[in-house]
Amino acid sequence: MSGPQELGLRFQGITKVYPGVVALKDVSLNISAGEVVGLIGENGAGKSTLMKILGGVITPTNGSISIDGKVCRGLTVAESQAAGIAFVHQELNTLDNLDVAANVFLGREKTHGRWRLIDRKAMRDAVQPLLDRVGAQFGPDTPVAALSLAEQQLLEIAKALSMDARLVIMDEPTSSLTFSETNNLLNVIADLKAQGIAVVFISHRLGEVEECVDRIVVLRDGRVAGHLARGEISHDAMIRLMIGRDLKSLYTPPKAPPGGPLLSVRNVRTQAKPANAANFELRRGEILGVAGLIGAGRTELAEAIFGAGGKLSGQVRVNGAPLDAGSPAEAIAAGLYLVPEDRKRTGLILEFPICENVTMANLRSCLRNGIVSRSRQIEISEQQRRNLSIKTPDVRNAAQAMSGGNQQKVVLAKWLSMDPKVIIFDEPTRGIDVGSKSEIYKLMRELSDRGVGVVMISSDMEEVIGVSDRIVVMRDGGISGELQRSDFSEHNILTLAVGKALEEA
Amino acid sequence: MQKKDLGLAILIIVVGAVVYLRNPLFLSPINLGNTANLVGLFGIFAIGQGFVIMTGGIDLSVGSVIALLGVLFVEMVGRYGVPWPAAVAITIALGAMIGLAHGILITRFKMQPFVVTLCGLLIYRGVARGYTAEATAGFPFGASYPQLEWLTIGRSYGIPHSFVAMIIIAAVMWFVLHQSVFGRHLYAVGKNDEAARFSGIRSGFVITSAYVICSVLAAVAAIYFAMFTKSVQPSSHGNFYELYAIAAAVLGGFSLRGGEGSIVGVVLGAVLLQELQNLVNLLGIPSSLNFAVMGTVILLGVLADQQLAAYRAKKRAAQAFERLQPEGAEN
Repeated sequence: MSGPQELGLRFQGITKVYPGVVALKDVSLNISAGEVVGLIGENGAGKSTLMKILGGVITPTNGSISIDGKVCRGLTVAESQAAGIAFVHQELNTLDNLDVAANVFLGREKTHGRWRLIDRKAMRDAVQPLLDRVGAQFGPDTPVAALSLAEQQLLEIAKALSMDARLVIMDEPTSSLTFSETNNLLNVIADLKAQGIAVVFISHRLGEVEECVDRIVVLRDGRVAGHLARGEISHDAMIRLMIGRDLKSLYTPPKAPPGGPLLSVRNVRTQAKPANAANFELRRGEILGVAGLIGAGRTELAEAIFGAGGKLSGQVRVNGAPLDAGSPAEAIAAGLYLVPEDRKRTGLILEFPICENVTMANLRSCLRNGIVSRSRQIEISEQQRRNLSIKTPDVRNAAQAMSGGNQQKVVLAKWLSMDPKVIIFDEPTRGIDVGSKSEIYKLMRELSDRGVGVVMISSDMEEVIGVSDRIVVMRDGGISGELQRSDFSEHNILTLAVGKALEEA
Repeated sequence: MQKKDLGLAILIIVVGAVVYLRNPLFLSPINLGNTANLVGLFGIFAIGQGFVIMTGGIDLSVGSVIALLGVLFVEMVGRYGVPWPAAVAITIALGAMIGLAHGILITRFKMQPFVVTLCGLLIYRGVARGYTAEATAGFPFGASYPQLEWLTIGRSYGIPHSFVAMIIIAAVMWFVLHQSVFGRHLYAVGKNDEAARFSGIRSGFVITSAYVICSVLAAVAAIYFAMFTKSVQPSSHGNFYELYAIAAAVLGGFSLRGGEGSIVGVVLGAVLLQELQNLVNLLGIPSSLNFAVMGTVILLGVLADQQLAAYRAKKRAAQAFERLQPEGAEN
């Protein structure tokens, strides 16, 4: 497979172990000059870990890397750069207060004279040919603030070229591009290839992967699940390799068949993903799973429904009553609660005592003679501590001293001490130990049996298949499909998540 | 928090003892009375500044508000013969409007507190000077307002009423900050605005209220200062007072990042500042060094406090790590 001009980047048996998790297991990968390699896999398959090792950000636990015949255990950032490895990240790293040339030479500014003053002309002259190589329509002295996202991406690629990159790694480069911008980027990739530069293309958009790569490496659960040569590439083949593990059964069926609608979402569009509108309905007594790939707009939709911002249009009804929440306070008053994805940023005030966090949304219930009663706060928190078996010696301790699972229980305690009608769980078990996970699943089932609506956004296939009664799959802000329990499979979810229709079996 | 206040109280006593040993006049009734008066005057608006700093904001306009509202109060009572209770009400209402304007600009229009109140500092000072055409506003010769004077510059048992007013305000504000729902929300918004909002706290309302409280207390202080100085020189009256207020809050354990501080702390901070002024006078240090002494003490105080906090955090982390070990073995 390796061509005549050997780039000589060789990963051999790379393993990366984090406490409790094996992120990568025995991954081997060769990349040759002028080759476009697609790297695909589910959320959490190990793609970003592998790329961080390439970039020198983290060191593998085991295995060897060889560059141009030199073998080493791991790379440093400097070694990675010296080897000609460059990144174009999903979140662009451009500084929009500087112009194009200054961004390209950031930290490596060309200077002249003994005072080392910036030599703008030399930088401009050096940047222009690079911009020509990536087909950019803007000049070196254009301010970055005036560039579109797609143009900033070209700038990043030009910057990579300025560092004599031999390998450019693109992480989800098309996720925020329009159709024609995407086509243009695919052309640029073809040009890079023609210039002998290798490209690793990471994307969830299988159509684009199919179009631009020479071969595909599929990761699954930290291992290489398979390779596809140019001729073997097809949607089905990719999806088959991305899934294919046995899922443990977590499922507990509901006590009663689903009742009437509790939450209905009609044509809700978000500022982040305005292209499609979301439509779904949650019925009493069911757990509705919301699946989709990272960046599908699930969190944005949840926050829009909750009134935390970003809602463009659409109607939400809770128990039949319209709710146009302009702030979380209004959603909470209507009984719609959100357990947010980032519990350290939006779920909790880490520095505050547990009992303050538990009662934060409902302090009025702790008033005695117009004064917030600490003993009442502790009483309510103790009750929740027993219900949820929160492990802490004292509810007056700061929330930051607890484990992730217990912190998540404190977020839940805040809502359960009130009167929930619908609770949206956004990635409820991310970074949580196995024991707490199953407790949270049990709790969700109890809630739904009690008549509380439960919506669970999850990127964890095992969880979404094992816990939900019904699944809606999101893509690009819209609902790309719905699955009943009998149709649950990783294959079906992934197929809908990448925007393909299910074939009738 | 409690510990911080205690440390500050001890510092005040130690400094007081040293000054007393060098110059026994420190504890004379006259000196104590005068110092208490100044503590009262400065404490009133320092408490207000504390509320704004609690939200992570800052109010640089306090000194100018004291000048402008002082000028207007003296003019209303002295020149236009407005009954003083009405003048007090109008002055406080103007203060509330100024605070409301600051709050709305900051929360609705997303302007930075520093910018909004810096412009306020310039505008209110400029209006005060323009309105009086640089002349000093004063009460007419021989005029007297017995009740107003009793309330503001009077004394009972030698205790200046400005100090009493500050204690009453501090007590009320202690309930507001430490015992009410609003106070808890203020701490929450100051510490983590996002998490507070996601818990249904209306952070815009909370922050705006803090600015209103700050400017209302500045208005109250404006009346006390006007009565104390009897005349208001619009270009110099209240100059730099916002910095005294910020210094008192910082000394009292407030973090400029928000979410930390206590009423007892800011009051003790105001006491320490006036004690230092007094120290400069009583120990015969040239009064030109006044600010240098104050700056040095604040710098050392905050430095020591942060080093201690970092040390405590490190110890806590070590303990938490030890606690985690057996739990990890369980799982």
